Amino acid sequence: MTLMAEMNQKALDLGVPLSVHLDLTYRCNERCVHCYLDHDDHGEMTTEEIFGVLNQLADAGVFFLSLSGGEVLLRRDFFLIVEHARKLLFNVKVKTNATMIHEKEASRLRQLGVEQIQISVYSHRAEVHDAITKLPGSLDRTLRAIRFLKSQGLKVSISNVLMTGNFADQQGVIELAKELGVAYTLDPTITPKMDGDTSILSLRIASSELKQIFRNEELVGDMAEFCAPPPPPGEDVMNGFPCSAGHTSCYISPYGDVFPCVQFPLPSGNVRRQKFLEIWRHSPQLEEVRSIRARDLTTCSTCSHVGTCTRCPGLAYMEGSMRGPSTADCEKSFQRTGILSANMLRKARAGSAGPLIQIQGPANPMPIPAALQEANPLSA
Amino acid sequence: MAEKYIARSTAIAARMLGGEMMIMSAADSTFFTLNEVATVIWQAADGRTPLSEIVTGKVCQEFEVEPERAQCGTERFVDELSQHGILLVSDQPFDSSPSLETP
Repeated sequence: MTLMAEMNQKALDLGVPLSVHLDLTYRCNERCVHCYLDHDDHGEMTTEEIFGVLNQLADAGVFFLSLSGGEVLLRRDFFLIVEHARKLLFNVKVKTNATMIHEKEASRLRQLGVEQIQISVYSHRAEVHDAITKLPGSLDRTLRAIRFLKSQGLKVSISNVLMTGNFADQQGVIELAKELGVAYTLDPTITPKMDGDTSILSLRIASSELKQIFRNEELVGDMAEFCAPPPPPGEDVMNGFPCSAGHTSCYISPYGDVFPCVQFPLPSGNVRRQKFLEIWRHSPQLEEVRSIRARDLTTCSTCSHVGTCTRCPGLAYMEGSMRGPSTADCEKSFQRTGILSANMLRKARAGSAGPLIQIQGPANPMPIPAALQEANPLSA
Repeated sequence: MAEKYIARSTAIAARMLGGEMMIMSAADSTFFTLNEVATVIWQAADGRTPLSEIVTGKVCQEFEVEPERAQCGTERFVDELSQHGILLVSDQPFDSSPSLETP
């Protein structure tokens, strides 16, 4: 077990929220076609309120702090917030489109000791990237910012959300990341909008394209190992937690609402009305999330993929039940291994799924490579 | 032996977790955990208190360690962390690191 995994286990045992994702604003200067946010300001927390929240998070033991949005640099107090966070010795990661970062901003981020800047890049071609962001010139501005940040010695990571409009440019973005000397992460997940609107799910890449990604050894490493059938789940798997959401991590919106995760819209409290630790320790919603073990999952507990699936409880919640399957993850498990999930088989029996195809092979558990998942230092 | 002064770098992230101090260097993302004794030394590293005073006043008193052994262990700990830029060392009292205040 790595030192980081040990500390994660310790945080889990002690009930410490090791990691928090804080969105500072939902406002944005881009209008990405796949974005799940409403970009109006419905009453963001003030600078003082955010300072107060950060103080509480530090006291609660939070170590990893992701500052995101919307576009964080639209807040005039952004650097004051980062400065306050760094004085409290958080490990700070900033997620941004970087279009508002120039030499001065890059230098300040370096001076403040920000750990990593994660930047969304959808294509190496301006016509594709700008069509997704709906901001003309955005790719040029983003790439210029990446060079400023690199020149300051900052760690930069390109986050490439894959959808129908940019799937063909995936390799181009990988090459661009190499040329810029930055890390690359790929995310094929498109989530419903916060108001429940699922229309943007039509932007999800096709199953055949997902399969192509899972067969790209540059992304997944050893393909045979990555795509191997799952081993039979043991007791440890069945007694395990689905993910870190609500266990060692949570999400706070610009309005102070607390959720188990940014992808898990279960309102669990509000830091404008309650102390953070009161929410973290006593929220009935978070307690319910924490009570769920793999053995409690409807359908998934009987699935051969239960120990290796990337099942997102937030996506499952948006589909109707936090204990239910997340069909997007069923699809990933199927495309990765060729073995249908229990949920797919159930639907097939009900006459709503395609032909049953099963591939047998040697059992060999394989974690999802870092390049294919959201960079979460707490992931098991 | 010349006196040493130690201070915590501000170019790190740090947090206590169950009696251990977690530290990550922003420069190279090296991750450390400090045990109880090392945490006490870390917390006392204000750039103004002489290292010998930290050893006698903190390590020896709080953990009932012989002064010679405590001094030796502390020196090793300081050397290791200073190599990663996590502790700053000087032969004069000093302010820890450049301020994070907005210029």
